[in-house]
Parts: sequence; C-alpha cells; structure tokens
Amino acid sequence: MLAYLIRRFGQAILVMSVMATIVFFGLYMVGNPVDLLINPEDDLLAQEAAIRRLGLDKPVHIQFFHFLGGLVQGDLGTSFVHNTPALELILSRLPATLELAFLGVFFALVIGIPLGMYAGLYPKSPVSRTIMAGSVIGFSTPNFWQGLMLIMLFAVFWRILPAGGRGETVDVLGIPVSFLTWDGLSHLFLPALNVAIYKISLVIRLTRAGTAEIGLQDYVKYARARGLSEWRVINVHILKNILIPVVTVVGLELGNVIAFAVVTETVFAWPGIGKLLIDSIGLLDRPVVVAYLMLTVFMFVMINLVVDIIYSLLDPRIRVKRRA
Amino acid sequence: MVADTPLKRFIADYVSSPLAVIAAIGMALVILAAAFAEFVAPQNPYDLMTVNILDGSLEPGETGFDGFYYWLGSDEQGRDMYSAMIYGLRISLVVSVIAVTSAVFIGLTMGMIAAWKGGWVESLIMRIVDIQLSFPALFVALLLLAILGKGIDKVIIALILIQWAYFARAVRGAALVEIRKDYVMAARCAALSPHRILFRHVMPNCLPPVIVIATVQIANAIAIEAALSFLGVGVPITEPSLGLLIANGFDYLLSGRYWISFYPGVALLITLVLINLVGDHLRDILNPRMNK
Repeated sequence: MLAYLIRRFGQAILVMSVMATIVFFGLYMVGNPVDLLINPEDDLLAQEAAIRRLGLDKPVHIQFFHFLGGLVQGDLGTSFVHNTPALELILSRLPATLELAFLGVFFALVIGIPLGMYAGLYPKSPVSRTIMAGSVIGFSTPNFWQGLMLIMLFAVFWRILPAGGRGETVDVLGIPVSFLTWDGLSHLFLPALNVAIYKISLVIRLTRAGTAEIGLQDYVKYARARGLSEWRVINVHILKNILIPVVTVVGLELGNVIAFAVVTETVFAWPGIGKLLIDSIGLLDRPVVVAYLMLTVFMFVMINLVVDIIYSLLDPRIRVKRRA
Repeated sequence: MVADTPLKRFIADYVSSPLAVIAAIGMALVILAAAFAEFVAPQNPYDLMTVNILDGSLEPGETGFDGFYYWLGSDEQGRDMYSAMIYGLRISLVVSVIAVTSAVFIGLTMGMIAAWKGGWVESLIMRIVDIQLSFPALFVALLLLAILGKGIDKVIIALILIQWAYFARAVRGAALVEIRKDYVMAARCAALSPHRILFRHVMPNCLPPVIVIATVQIANAIAIEAALSFLGVGVPITEPSLGLLIANGFDYLLSGRYWISFYPGVALLITLVLINLVGDHLRDILNPRMNK
C-alpha cells in the first residue's frame, strides 16, 4: 500500500510539473500581459519600472527559473493583476467554489438516489419512464444554457431568486459561507441546482442500473423469502450495495464539479476559483493560471486516490484481490 | 431475415428501433439544413445588405419593416434568429466533425501501435491516455485554449488533443483481442508486412467500438465547443457557433429578451439528444456482448 501511495504521488508531481511547464511557456507565447497591465499614458520610465516590478523584463527562461525557485519555497508567484500572492488569491476564492460543489453533489445524491431506486424497482411504471426521460434531457442539456434558463425562469419571469452574485456571507472559522443566511442561501440555490442537474441524471442512471441488477440477486430474493419488510430489503440489502458505484462516480465527479464550476460561476457571477481562472486567462495573469492548474491537478490526483481507498474499504472483494 | 452481409445485418438491426430511426432521420435533416444553410435560411444574417438594424430585438412572430417575418425573433443587430441558428449550427457541426475525424485517425493509429508493439511503447502511450482521461475534458480544453489563443483552428486542435485518447484506449483494447486471433497469425505466416496486417486486417475489426464512441464524441465536441465559446475562449465573434449565439443573448436575458439565447439553446439541445439517441442504439447493436 505504501509503495502504491508513493508511486501515485510521484506520478502526480510529474504530471503537475509537466503541465505547469507547458502552461508557463504557452502563456508566454500567447501574448504579453504588459500590454494589458501598464498605463499607456505613463512615460517610458514608469512603464519600464512597472515591467521590472512584475519581473517581465528578463528572458522567459530566467523567469521560469525564478518561478521554480519560488516553487521550492512554496511560493507560486504573485498575481500580475491583483498584486497578491497567487496561491493566497486562489485560496480566498476556494470556499465559494467548494460550497457550490458540495451543495450540488448533495442535491445530486438526495434527489438522484431515490428517483433512481424507484425507476429500478418499478421499471415499467409511467413515473419511471418520466424519470428516465428527464435524466436523458438532464444529460444532454448544455450546462451553461441550463444556467441561463434557470436565471430566465427564476430571476426574470418569476422574480423569486437573484440572478447572480454571492449575497450575504457569514464567517465560520474565518471562512465566509453563504448557506447560513437566507440571502446567501437564495443566491446559492440556482448555481447549486445548475451544478446538480447533470449529476442528478448521472446518479439516477447509476442507481437504476444498480437497483435492477441487485434486485435479481439471490440474497435479495432470500431476504424477501425470509419475510423482511420491503422497506428493509430496499434500504438495507439494496441501498448498501448500490452505494459502491454511486460513491465512486460521485467522488470522481467532485473533481469534475470543481472544474465545471468555471461555467456555472461565469453564468451566475459566482466569485469562485473558476471565474478567477477565466478572468486570469483573459488578462494573461500567468502566475494565477499556473497556480490554479497545479492546485487542480493536485486535487484531482488526491480525489482519485481517496476514491480508490474508499472503494476498497466499501468492497471487501477488492481488498482480497490486492492481497492475493 | 435476409442477413448475408454485415452491412445488411447492421441495417436490419438498426431499423428494429423506431426511435433510433426517427433520431437518424432528424439528424440527417439537421446536417442537411446546416450544409445548405444558404438555401434553407430565409436570411443571410452576416450579409449587411439584408440585415436592418431597425428590426433589432423583435419578439418571435413579429414582422420587420420590410415585411420579413421573424418567427423566432431577431437579435440586437436585427438578425433573424432562425437564420443565425442554422448558420451557427453549421459552424458547430463543422468544428466537431473535423475534430472527431482527426481524433479518430490519431486514436486508431496510436491504439493499434500500442497493441502491436507492446512493451515500453504501449506503456508510454497508455500512460499518457490514462493521465489525460483522469481530467475532465472541459478543464483540459480550457488550459489548451489558454495557451493556444482564440480561433476556430485552435478550438479544433484543442478538441483533437482531448479526444484522441478515448479512441486510442478503445482501439488498443479491441486490437489486443484481434491480434491474438487465427487470421492474424495466418497473415503473419503469409509474411505480410505489419503495416498491411494492422491496417487491412486488424483495423476493420476494431471499427465497431470506434463508430460508437465517435458518435457520442461528436455530441461531446459540440457541447464542449459551445461551452468554450460561451466562456469567451472559443470561436471568434465573426463566426458565431450555437454556443456563441447563446452567449450573445446572455446580455439581453435579464431585460426579458429571452429568445436570443433560448432558441439557439433549444437547437443545441435537440441536436445533442438526436446524436445521443443514435449513439445509444449503435452501442446496443454493435456491442459484441449483446450479439446473439
């Protein structure tokens, strides 16, 4: 297990460095952030001072060595635009994204599992067919358009929810969160729903397939034959077993949610890391893009690892196989 | 049932599902409309002679000053939304079809090389595929476009780079199975060149999974391109795809002019559903495990 962990870490670090290098040089090729950042009305002396302050007067390979030197000391560079350390900037935006992602996944599980189980238990009923048709549409609808339509319905036509922004936040342990105030919650609901709809469809499909398969297993038949209540059969014998694939996929999807939050955050002007990335790409704010990339890659590798571990905890068969 | 050639059997299998047939017909209509946009669209939305700014922001069903009927409304510049959508559909389809075709080509080659060579070549190719597929496609596309810049060609390059991996993985799996079969052994005994064995003997047998994945990936490519254009890193404003049309309408949505983003989105959704329906059915009939 330890060797496995070390190998995974090694791989993560390799991927992070390769991607960071490519993005570092790639952004250098696309354009010069100086053109966007300095005041063209300034005299040449002031412009040169600004360029020097950003470290952009040196050749790109020297800039890269500076970046590497900073990296070793845990410094991912300073944002050209915001003039704060890139890592600090991203971490200050991270809670907003995480809040959105967790609520979205929560919606997906709470809505998706019961609907999927119903569709799996009663595949022929019209309700199940409606659920499945809905999940096909949920799958196919482009995320950003879905967000626009939510805004159109809830904010423009019915005027019951705000169209964007984060609303009032409360500090919990120094981290601002929205879900504790009514205003924050009303701002959070639509973006979270936007994040959730695709996941709900996914969870419905997984749960339905799992329920239909497990419903035919001998131990379920035996549980019914023993005269256990249907409630107990469904909630203990079936639910526990379908949770394995659902947990894996939803765990893996958490990374996807954070990556796709770029779209939702842009639609709803939600001040998370996704919006920060899009703004930084537009402004060629290289330190922020590179730092975002390294953090996200690291996060993905960690999520994959954690899911693998949880998976082996939930399914004893995998542990047995590994030992053998 | 007359089932003498694989093609006839395939067609017989395909028409067994009425829904899939309807989806295929719908898809054909969508492709035709996009291909012949000049003849299908009532207006050329990018010809300044036919677009009148006085007809801007008309609601669906209104008539313009010159008597032109805007049944899906018009945008801020007075462009007929229905026409703009058909032209936008064309750009969406062209981008995704070029990208997926190139990705199929690269993926087929890489997958077969991996299966044939084995050893460190296979490990290297499959490692890259694994690592790439562990990240969401949109995330990879965003970063690629961040370093490539904007433009239709850049979007296509980004789509190829994110999609080849799906094909490489599927082809390697299929090719590994095929290479162990007797006919490949026979071809080797006949001292045919590896190139000929791979491309003439093995490749045709690896195509069914590729066809299924390609169908689904075209839908994915359209969706990713739309999302990228919406985020402002995709196609340029002069060649608006469906995604960019939706993005343009975003600014007017809050003032109640919903149709500028609503209808292009509906068109996008219908296209994606049609492709996915065809793809689902293809998967059912081409899946070797389901063959009777």
